[in-house]
Amino acid sequence: MTQAAAPRPPERVIEVEDLVSFYGPRQILRGVSVEVVEGEIMVIMGGSGSGKSTLLRHLMALEWPTSGTVRLLGRDLAALSAREMFELRKKIGVAFQGGALFSSMTVGENIMLPLHEHTELDPTTMRIMARLKLEVVDLAGFEDLMPSELSGGMIKRAAMARAIIMDPKILFCDEPSAGLDPVVASAIDDLILRLRDAVGMSVVVVTHELESAFKIADRITVLDKGETLFIGTVEELRNHPSERIQNLLNRRAEDEAVDADAYMRRLTGVEVSGAARL
Amino acid sequence: MAEQATDNSAARFVERLGRGTVRGVEELGACGMLVFETLYWIVSGRRMRQPVRIDAIFVQMMETGIGAIPIVALMAGTIGVMLAIQGIHTLKIFGAETQVTVGIAFSVVREFAPLITGIIVAGRSGSALAARLGTMKINQEIDALHVMGINPLRFLVAPALVAMMVMVPALTLFSDFVGLLAAGLYVGVDLGISLAAYFDRVIEILSVDDLMHGLGKSALFAILIGVIGVVNGASVSGGAEGVGKVTTRAVVQSIAAIVVTDMIFAFAVTR
Ligand SMILES: Nc1ncnc2c1ncn2[C@@H]1O[C@H](COP(=O)(O)OP(=O)(O)O)[C@@H](O)[C@H]1O
Ligand SMILES: [Mg+2]
Repeated sequence: MTQAAAPRPPERVIEVEDLVSFYGPRQILRGVSVEVVEGEIMVIMGGSGSGKSTLLRHLMALEWPTSGTVRLLGRDLAALSAREMFELRKKIGVAFQGGALFSSMTVGENIMLPLHEHTELDPTTMRIMARLKLEVVDLAGFEDLMPSELSGGMIKRAAMARAIIMDPKILFCDEPSAGLDPVVASAIDDLILRLRDAVGMSVVVVTHELESAFKIADRITVLDKGETLFIGTVEELRNHPSERIQNLLNRRAEDEAVDADAYMRRLTGVEVSGAARL
Repeated sequence: MAEQATDNSAARFVERLGRGTVRGVEELGACGMLVFETLYWIVSGRRMRQPVRIDAIFVQMMETGIGAIPIVALMAGTIGVMLAIQGIHTLKIFGAETQVTVGIAFSVVREFAPLITGIIVAGRSGSALAARLGTMKINQEIDALHVMGINPLRFLVAPALVAMMVMVPALTLFSDFVGLLAAGLYVGVDLGISLAAYFDRVIEILSVDDLMHGLGKSALFAILIGVIGVVNGASVSGGAEGVGKVTTRAVVQSIAAIVVTDMIFAFAVTR
């Protein structure tokens, strides 16, 4: 599963140092440090509410750290001007957990949107490019459907196609196989592997499916309550002596368990009001 | 003991008041920034090769403007007739019912047309804006825009705001006409004044200033509806239920804002 050794030391595309993050008064990440190199598939694991999605949001510059640094492709996110951030964003692709396809646009329009906004290509070329990406994710011919007409697995694949339309250097996937039946989930794992192998994309995948993680990961980061419990290869994780980690690996069923906060919120009816931010 | 308690509750009250004020000011500041930033995109988006798309504005204009025509016509017409009825009833006391045209002309054009149009647009399009943005935020579509390097203010908010600022005054002009026409028809039936004579009188009474008073107000309403819709949509939390909540809040807040602004505007300009 591991990649053939590159002749030169692989470039670090993501460097996270001592990342500390809060939502309001609540600390979510407590000093996370992790690196991802070129062409690597890094899987982030951990129980519900351990901060996986939050870490991912920091990597996508959707949240800002209280302290610590995040560097993407060698650039410190906090030091970028709006213009530089704009340019950097063209080099990353994101497949969100629920797909986040725009419901008012067809699948094809969704996938072409980044081209539309960032390039001067003519419509025919855009359509061809969208078609190519749809081929990659096995959705050719579905351009003209609305997202509401797609199944869960198709939505995830369409989201993947949109994420790679600009040929990004880094691809982020949040729970790509959550809620899918095993066959479809496995197809998505294969897709991620194919993408990496074909174009050398670095991929960061958040998942709590062990099987999927073991299948695709070059390395795995295990988060627990906002701390990194483990970073290493699949083999190292399997053979890790720590009881805590073995417990974490074995309590699959518990992963579906309640998010403590959501549960409290439901019980008390107290809502953490969202900030007015777009 | 008791004194302590009142002390405490007084302190708590002051603290709450303070927090509320801070939050209010913060929210106002956020609204100001939002308007400013959206204007920035409208003005300089093209130069930065990230224009506000005309087709998106057009879609919003159809939705906000054309879709509202039937209900605006109905409401404006009804209010025109209502003004005529009440006006004639009141003026009969002085035997001056033929002067009803003066009251109708001023109140429709300066007051009721912009007000009713604003309220209808708030109910139809302000709520739709809040619901659309709220749903998009919940579904991470806003995040998706961000990571694609597409500014949501430019992509979603600017077209909606431009469409409102064009369509609310346009609809107001339309309801000016419908309101005056409906009132004129009633006056014709009740007092036997011909429609031509009625409109001659209306044109004689009204100045461009009166018209601009109403239209200016309606442009202000458009901004209020847009900003309140956006801010509420953006502050959604808690899933589909949250979207329902912010949608309702957007409508209530924008209608309140419209009525209060209407009064302030009238006071400031008329005095
Ligand atoms: N927008 C938010 N505001 C407040 N708290 C949040 C927000 N998003 C997530 N959280 C909280 O942060 C914690 C970590 O969330 P998350 O990173 O989504 O966990 P995971 O993806 O590992 O399940 C959870 O306890 C969650 O309730
Ligand atoms: Mg998550």
